[in-house]
Amino acid sequence: MSFDPVPFKVSFLFGLWVTGILLVACFPLAWIFARSKGRWVPWIESVTTLPLVLSPTVLGFYLLIFLSPRGPVGAFFLRTFHVRLAFSFAGIVIAGCLASIPFMLSALRTGILSVPSQLLDASYTLGKGRLETIFRIVIPNMKSSIVAGVVNTFAHSLGEFGVVLMIGGSIPGVTKVVSIAVYERVESLDFAGAHVYAAILLALSYGGVLLLNFLQRREAKR
Amino acid sequence: MSALEFDLKMRLRAGDHDFRLDAVHSLGEGGILGIRGPSGSGKTTLLRCLAGLYRPDSGCIKMGEETWFDSNGGLFLPVRRRSIGLVFQDYALFPHMTVYGNIHYATNDKDRTEELLELTRLTDIARHFPRELSGGQKQRTALARALGRNPRLLLLDEPLSALDEDLRQSLGEELLRVLSMTGVTAVLVSHSRQEIARLCTEVIELVEGKIKR
Repeated sequence: MSFDPVPFKVSFLFGLWVTGILLVACFPLAWIFARSKGRWVPWIESVTTLPLVLSPTVLGFYLLIFLSPRGPVGAFFLRTFHVRLAFSFAGIVIAGCLASIPFMLSALRTGILSVPSQLLDASYTLGKGRLETIFRIVIPNMKSSIVAGVVNTFAHSLGEFGVVLMIGGSIPGVTKVVSIAVYERVESLDFAGAHVYAAILLALSYGGVLLLNFLQRREAKR
Repeated sequence: MSALEFDLKMRLRAGDHDFRLDAVHSLGEGGILGIRGPSGSGKTTLLRCLAGLYRPDSGCIKMGEETWFDSNGGLFLPVRRRSIGLVFQDYALFPHMTVYGNIHYATNDKDRTEELLELTRLTDIARHFPRELSGGQKQRTALARALGRNPRLLLLDEPLSALDEDLRQSLGEELLRVLSMTGVTAVLVSHSRQEIARLCTEVIELVEGKIKR
């Protein structure tokens, strides 16, 4: 049994990128979902919830079609930025973002809804614009939801398997994340090696969820 | 010359029936207009229209020389550009900010914040958070914050309704003192006849959106 820490490094970087991108990208979307009464909202919201119920291999398959050099998105990236998305780190980050959207989006949407609209109105009557109100009133009052979104998304990204395998394959140091390392060890009947990866991943995931629970309990006491 | 003039029309829904808010009035500089009426008569909606939080169907709102709303000219000045202060019924204090922070958010000025803390007798509890305040202290913080921008029009939505009777009496006097010291033109909404009579220079009664003097 030999332990290779590189898959952890790839998983960790993958989780950081996915969580960071989703934190920024999902906020405006969560704001619209929480505040807009448009008839089209449930239609878009259902699309963003799909990754929760869709098989990761199905999502991965369609992403592969889109992100491959012959697919519309993949061809565009290759032509414009000279970046190949299929079987690359950038590709698995895009795929990971799409697979983890519901975790970040629902946490942020819940957080935005938890801020009473009276506080927003109060801020507007004090001469503040929407952006200042969001940064100085809304975000500080939904901290626990932001933490929940970050922890859930990061923990989910650490364990991502199907989508990453479909888009990225298993290129050591590039797209081979911990869950794929576990799978390969099991396939080669190296259960001891699989145990090491799996146990560390389990401990990390449990630590994340535990931290989240403590933070939410502390918030509830306030 | 009137400080505040309004002529507002808006379709409203209360429970299962529709009615029309149709209110016309003018108020002199430094005057305190009391609006009373039963629940669901359109008092708070009228106040929110004046603030710019709701857009009326038609009519106009003028504050001195400035027009805030004119449906004929298609003008609707957004809430943040109106010189108003609004004291909400439940005060709507920012829970993550101290008393000082709440007031400073409005003033953006240290000296003005300290002046308002003194005016509303909050200096000793300036570092307290809203969750640590009594009902009366919250009401005074909300009032100080609403005065933070030196508004031309102060709007008060049932400012004493969340308080018990004794506190209501003393804070009513406190409110009157602050209003007379600042000389700001104000509109106060309340369902209490006594409160309105004690605090206001003019009174209108709203019943199903119509003014009944």
